[in-house]
Amino acid sequence: MKFINIKKLLAIGGAIFLAGALNSQALAQQKNDPKYNKMMQDSFRAEGIAGLDRIQQDETQKFCSDPVFAGSKQGEKMRDKIQKINMAEIKQPSNGKYIGDWKKGEAIAQSGRGATWTDKADAAVGGGCYNCHQIDQKEISYGNIGPSLTGYGKLRGYSPEVITYTWNRINNSKAYNACSNMPRFAHFKLLNEQQIQDVMALLLDPASPVNQ
Amino acid sequence: MKHKLTLGLATALVAALLTMTSSVFAQKSATDDIAKYREMIADGNPSELYEAAGEELWKKPAGPKNATLEKCDLGLGPGVVKGAAAQLPRYFADTDKVQDLESRLMTCMLFLQGRIPQEMIDSPFQRGPKKDMEAIVAYVVTLSKGDKIKVSTNHPKEKEMFNLGKQAFFAQGGPMDFSCASCHAENGKRIRLQDLPNITEQKGAAMGWGYWPAYRVSSGQFWTMQQRLNDCYRQQRLAFPIYGSDVTIALSMYMAKTGNGGTVETPGLKR
Repeated sequence: MKFINIKKLLAIGGAIFLAGALNSQALAQQKNDPKYNKMMQDSFRAEGIAGLDRIQQDETQKFCSDPVFAGSKQGEKMRDKIQKINMAEIKQPSNGKYIGDWKKGEAIAQSGRGATWTDKADAAVGGGCYNCHQIDQKEISYGNIGPSLTGYGKLRGYSPEVITYTWNRINNSKAYNACSNMPRFAHFKLLNEQQIQDVMALLLDPASPVNQ
Repeated sequence: MKHKLTLGLATALVAALLTMTSSVFAQKSATDDIAKYREMIADGNPSELYEAAGEELWKKPAGPKNATLEKCDLGLGPGVVKGAAAQLPRYFADTDKVQDLESRLMTCMLFLQGRIPQEMIDSPFQRGPKKDMEAIVAYVVTLSKGDKIKVSTNHPKEKEMFNLGKQAFFAQGGPMDFSCASCHAENGKRIRLQDLPNITEQKGAAMGWGYWPAYRVSSGQFWTMQQRLNDCYRQQRLAFPIYGSDVTIALSMYMAKTGNGGTVETPGLKR
């Protein structure tokens, strides 16, 4: 799990941050607090695949770590900027195919495993979708941090607009909502293109149990 | 004898209840069943076994100095255990630090018994020196059961620790962008069927802070607050928080102070 774009993001974000700082006083936690930084630096160690790079925040994470500012009027410009940065890196499917296999998608949605320090580097990472969303009605063990996705395609239709929006949202939810709780599955390479196509099918294949 | 009987009964009940929760019983009943289970074994929490072992360790000479922990000052004076855990974390003048229960116990082990903290820090949970620590923690927190959470931020260092903890609570990181707040900053939220307390409010903070350390039915282990926080960070996909490090104490301070006035229900009984 490498933070490949972190330097680029930090550079862009730093400039934006300076511009925003001039006309805002709600920047409490956006400020660089040396005591806090030292605490974080001294309090963690690397373990297994979880390196200390995981404590380094990219600009999106830094911005969203101050929810009061992020949700404020003063934070609006920065919010738009963060969304643009995230939107800009979304890639459409290389083979032009948006819809994969819903059965594989269901398995990915069920698994909340992977990417912890007790996981091996080559262990498959699950989408963890049911952790936060209701999806197939038959699965009663679902979380509610995200909205219900039951009947997703049936309710929204299967238009190219819906398909592209859903693709983008799974790839990088922060493109639409800077501080969405949803992980950026493509940005951090949690799911590959084919896996995202399969999750897409779970939501948008008319034959998927989600749309029955 | 009573313990063995209760524990056997408890294991059978929990097996039955866990089977029930995984089948047709949906949503609410999972929480209800755990509540029922708690009620049924209220006078026989398996933590009692840890607590008894901890009391023995408290009074048994150990370490290079072959001394007991009986003169340990947990904040209410040397040797006062009753009620001490309800007022932790707090500032200690002798170390000039804000300490939680476990970091303070490491100080007592060093000062009184000559035991090197690093050995405790490096030990994995549930093994070696940590096993002793876990038992001692069970003993100490049981003697605050029923007290009110009463943590002070009057000392500047306590206040500072609270603010650092609040900042850490909202700090995102790792490949999933998670912070503590991703799961614990809104009311009525769940991961799968697991209810999540809103720790930013008094009620939720008291629910979270007041019930840990706890006996965890799913793992069959007694977990200290340090282990609870460690596993939170694991699930957040962050790096490994060092045992007794400032971030763990800061988060504890934030939770405890926010939960002030709530009841200490330790040792709790968790899923």
